[in-house]
Amino acid sequence: MRALLARIGVVRAVIFFLILIIVPIVGGPVWLINTLIFTIMYAALASSWNLVGGYAGYPSLGHAAFFGLGAYAIAITFNKSVDGGYVPFIVLPIVGIGAALISLPIGWVAMRTRADVFAIVTITLLFIAQTLAFNLTGVTGGAQGTSVAVAPFAVDTYDWPFYYGMVVLLAVAMGISVYFRRSKIGLSLSTVRADEEKAHGVGVRVTAVKLIAFSVSAGLVAMVGGVWAYYVGFVYPQFAIDPLITIGMVLMAFLGGRGTLWGPVLGAFIMVPAQQYFAYTFGASELYLVAYAAVFLIIMLFLPRGILPSIADRLRKRRATANAREDIIPAVDVAATEGTGVAQ
Amino acid sequence: MSEILLSVDHLTKRFGGVTAVNECSFQVQTGTITALIGPNGSGKTTVFNMVTGYLKADSGSITFKGEPIMRPRPADLYRRGLSRTFQQARIFPDLTVLENLVVAAGYSWKQLFGKRVTADDNARAHRMLEEFRLEQLADLPSGELSYGQRKLLEFAAVLMSEPSLVLLDEPTAGVNPVMIDTMERHVRERHANGVTFLIVEHDMQLVMRLCDPVIVLDRGAPIAFGTPAAIQSDPLVLEAYLGG
Repeated sequence: MRALLARIGVVRAVIFFLILIIVPIVGGPVWLINTLIFTIMYAALASSWNLVGGYAGYPSLGHAAFFGLGAYAIAITFNKSVDGGYVPFIVLPIVGIGAALISLPIGWVAMRTRADVFAIVTITLLFIAQTLAFNLTGVTGGAQGTSVAVAPFAVDTYDWPFYYGMVVLLAVAMGISVYFRRSKIGLSLSTVRADEEKAHGVGVRVTAVKLIAFSVSAGLVAMVGGVWAYYVGFVYPQFAIDPLITIGMVLMAFLGGRGTLWGPVLGAFIMVPAQQYFAYTFGASELYLVAYAAVFLIIMLFLPRGILPSIADRLRKRRATANAREDIIPAVDVAATEGTGVAQ
Repeated sequence: MSEILLSVDHLTKRFGGVTAVNECSFQVQTGTITALIGPNGSGKTTVFNMVTGYLKADSGSITFKGEPIMRPRPADLYRRGLSRTFQQARIFPDLTVLENLVVAAGYSWKQLFGKRVTADDNARAHRMLEEFRLEQLADLPSGELSYGQRKLLEFAAVLMSEPSLVLLDEPTAGVNPVMIDTMERHVRERHANGVTFLIVEHDMQLVMRLCDPVIVLDRGAPIAFGTPAAIQSDPLVLEAYLGG
């Protein structure tokens, strides 16, 4: 049964990624590829956030700081005087590892708090990072922003490297999620999420697994930020370290289901197109943010655990009811024939 | 068998103006099932929390296996062989029954990056499930267990690390009479295998059957120590429970 489920999972992933790979080759309107890039970007962000926000149960609201860190790392290294080509993609792992290392002491301090306090501490991190980006003008260009070298890609397929870059990062984030779930890291993270105090009491290496989750998550988010910076070409503090990016990834993971593999991806594939649609419908006004907030409220009210866990719950309950019915009938038979009156 | 496994010396804990534990000293000898009893609010659980590192003592010291524990931390103590259960059974509801045992068995740094449940983990956990007659429930999410089964699972889980001293905080509170017998049987079996127990318990019949010696706590300090029979006729104990 378990082997079968694992195989279904692999098939599902292969089909999903094959479709993603084929779409640009088959072709489509520019807006479609463009929307898909941002959808996949948010799927990667939400999946990365899920490592710490979902599996470890630490809802970080500061991840946009690492997104900005990665964006600035690429933007500053490959500023407009440099001919970047594919090099920015190749150095991404270094950006990721660097961001992961930087996140370690931050995580070590922040993760001494829990739940709502942790959320507030991490959102403070976001605003500190944004303030630094505004004021360290020598490095970041301040409010003027930093422009990135224009990629020398052919016009027809200009978007492709960014598109596939995001696809690879999504695959890596999901691959790490699978690895977490199948290793003792995931097992330990589940105990941290459920009852951290008790986890200490049965010898779980709580601090280590929390920091692993936080830093891997931060590193991945920084890599996504790097690709984003190269794609949009201009990095401003208010867009690279934007509370909306944080809220986006958190919201999508919540919508699809925290602590599940596909939940954050599903959330992104619903939210990003919806957001684009709202933005298009309501024009340049920021009314779409109201729609955004409404979606968040609806999730919290009706699906507090997200779409996938709610469906799984319902299925399990139905199966349990069916099983219980099957159990009752033979039990009655046994009691009647043996006259014991004791049913298992 | 008179070796001292755990020694608590002049332990004190204040919460605001209330002194919950006051200059409390006692010892647990290797190979005993020691009971820690006392009226409500006498500081039993606070002592447990300090001994297991969940609460920082204001003053006093704790010695385990002859070594002073300078900064008691739950995970360190667990790895050194001192484990506990909680008054309200605490398990990990998202994990299966089997996984609850596996995660409590302890693992090396290398194993942390390895498989979630190895064949070896599986075999060890199944041996324990067999002992506790929980095999059929192995793959059930533990959140679906009844309260009594949770208590049993929590107990089984803390035994996975092969501890030398187990602190049980009201192991039979709120469970049915059959489960009380089951719990007692498991304590006896493990005791026969060399595990020492320190038990906080309100079921006096069970304490008198199972435990020797008995320590009686009142207002944060021991007032009596001895065999169950001696304790039952101790005027100070009667006073603490009935009078005053």
